[in-house]
Amino acid sequence: MKPSELLSRIIITVFSLGVVALPLTIWAQTPLIHAKIAESGGWSPDIIQAEVGQPLHLKFTSDDVMHGFAVGQMEMQPVDIEPGKVSETTLTFDKPGIYTFFCTRWCGLNHWRMRGTIEVTGSTTSLESATKPLYVTLGLNLDAPHNAPLVPTSPPSAVNGQELASTLSISQLTTPDYYRSHSPYQLFDDLRFTSLSTSQRWDVVSAIWQANSTPAGLAEGKQLYAQNCAACHGEFGGGNGVFADDLAATGAASMQTMNGDMAMSMQTPADFTNPQRMLGASPALLQGKILRGGMGTGMPMWGSIFTHEQIWNIVSYLYIFQFDYSNP
Amino acid sequence: MTKFELTRFPLIKNVLKNRYPQLVVFVLMLAGFLFAIVAGLVGTPVGSHNFSIVFVWIAWWAILILVAVPFFGRGWCGVCPIPVVGDWLQRGAVLEPAKKTPRWLNLRVPAKFRNMWTQNISFTLVALFSSVILTTPVVTSVVLAAMLFLAIGLSMVFERRAFCRYLCPVGGFIGLYAQTAPLELRVKNKNVCAQCVGKPCYNGSDLGSGCPWDVFPGGLTKNTYCGLCMECIRTCPHDNIALNLRPFSADLAKPSAKLDETFKAFIMLGAALVYAYVLMGSNGAVKLAAYSVFSPAWFGYAAGFLAVIFGLLPGLFWLSVKFGDIKKSPTGKQFATAATALIPLGLMFWVAFSLSFVLTNATYIFAAISDPLGLGWNLFGTAATAWQPMLSSLVTPAQTLVLIGGLAWSARTAQKSAPQAGISPAPVMVYCLLTTFVMLWLLL
Repeated sequence: MKPSELLSRIIITVFSLGVVALPLTIWAQTPLIHAKIAESGGWSPDIIQAEVGQPLHLKFTSDDVMHGFAVGQMEMQPVDIEPGKVSETTLTFDKPGIYTFFCTRWCGLNHWRMRGTIEVTGSTTSLESATKPLYVTLGLNLDAPHNAPLVPTSPPSAVNGQELASTLSISQLTTPDYYRSHSPYQLFDDLRFTSLSTSQRWDVVSAIWQANSTPAGLAEGKQLYAQNCAACHGEFGGGNGVFADDLAATGAASMQTMNGDMAMSMQTPADFTNPQRMLGASPALLQGKILRGGMGTGMPMWGSIFTHEQIWNIVSYLYIFQFDYSNP
Repeated sequence: MTKFELTRFPLIKNVLKNRYPQLVVFVLMLAGFLFAIVAGLVGTPVGSHNFSIVFVWIAWWAILILVAVPFFGRGWCGVCPIPVVGDWLQRGAVLEPAKKTPRWLNLRVPAKFRNMWTQNISFTLVALFSSVILTTPVVTSVVLAAMLFLAIGLSMVFERRAFCRYLCPVGGFIGLYAQTAPLELRVKNKNVCAQCVGKPCYNGSDLGSGCPWDVFPGGLTKNTYCGLCMECIRTCPHDNIALNLRPFSADLAKPSAKLDETFKAFIMLGAALVYAYVLMGSNGAVKLAAYSVFSPAWFGYAAGFLAVIFGLLPGLFWLSVKFGDIKKSPTGKQFATAATALIPLGLMFWVAFSLSFVLTNATYIFAAISDPLGLGWNLFGTAATAWQPMLSSLVTPAQTLVLIGGLAWSARTAQKSAPQAGISPAPVMVYCLLTTFVMLWLLL
């Protein structure tokens, strides 16, 4: 064999192997977190290990549509993840535990199921014990019917109610503890011994509900609702968000099945403009539903995503669909 | 007809005779090809950001259909990396000619397969699945790898380049349209070939292999089956092979009457029309049907596609030929001869379609070249290049000019070929006019 032939063969072999092996090696050493719509698998990997105090550098790419990344109950700017591009973020955890990360973009029908966990290990002073949610302390059955037997004919006015409330001695009915543990209808009923008319009693309820919220809290609740709830429950709370029909139509496919082949039926998203439903629901009950999610429905659990304060703010905002907090 | 011999210049001739320049190009092409396969398999599944999709179906396609085929004919085949590994293995060498005793089976391709029909079928199959192949990196990789291994396998079983000649889905239409190119490889003097002892250009010698494309250069009359591998320039002992510049569509002056080539023209014409409607159109339902392979909707799409290329277009053309037939009895030969006019028409359809397709997607090249695997690299600082159509204001006028130019070119070809088919050129021209109107309507 001529030297030129031998050299050519060597060059071709090395070049061909190199052009295959080199990218494969680099690819194998570049850990990327792939985001796909939940129907295609969601996050991959969906479990990430981290250590307390050690920066966790994460690189993401989307394999299909625009996604977003955020860690529940953590102050951070969500990371946008564009198809075919790589986004990066660095996180540092100061407490051990299991954190939930989730998609922040309405990527598809099962967007809400696009979640994963970050398992943070490491020694710290001591683990904090979790406090029981209020609905547990109160022993509320989140799945029991809670409709108000009597509802107002028009949205009660908080402004009118404020004037009326100032004439009453009802300080025990205006405390935060009372507000969170009672439904608007229960307060309405507790006001039956006053001389107020039915509509005036509803106005007072509206005023007390407004008094237990803050403009900043309502604003945050509105923002969180728009980002996380409106897709199903609708921008105006009517239970008719852009995914609502699809959820109903594809309930069997998008939910787990029970009893073998028998598909579960999908409940339509809750209608927050329904006065029977909302005026019969206490903030504690709504907090519980948000924390735990709707068992057997399409409602995901948000307990690992939102802080308690965020949930209370969302709850405050939900009553906007029943009460008129606007100035005259 | 004037020709200008390029090989009269020693520099050009020496570059073509020397194996090293071509070898360097082969190695680079092969590296790019292998990298495209790897990128499709492990890179981002997002087609518009994956090297395999962007460089094969946008960059390579642009070069092939807008430059290589119209101006260099089978120039791409001369540097194509797909058959080169099989070629080396078949010969048992990279630079040296094949041994006298074949290393492998070295069978002759059966006579019934020595035509363009298998290429027609392979192109049609690729075309039917093209919506998925063109957008899904892993599928592109599988197709590329399949072509590579098919070429290697066929080189082990059959003599010469059986894959290129009889199976390559791309090679068929390149050969068809290469007839219009202003570049040809021909012998200088046929008498020299006739008297040449041993015919080393076909049978091989110590200087090189016999024609890998199974062509005797002395009998070359058209570009269709000459792969421009330059092997005959190296083996000719009489310096009788020339690379010439010539007028466009010179080969079409003597029309072919082979039905396999005729149907290649219909397949390409129909595929351009269907692609213009499906890929560039706004009908989402049809796009989805084309993408949802093996679904009932896809079968409907496939049936429509096949009906257009094998039924509607040939059927209408048959009627045109029959209408213009002076003897009122069109035969297959008349039909095939008259269809020569569709060759420049089809090429210009593809150029027009590719102009919008390529210019619309060209900016993906900048992003993909900096981050070919979608791993977050920025090799050339262009990874963040945002998508935007290029030269969008020029696309429509350019497409119009190309299609009108193609119509004029095909009409001129019909004027020459129709008399040889014994028919009037008028119905063929009307056919070309109507299909051009349809293409214009679909693209503009």
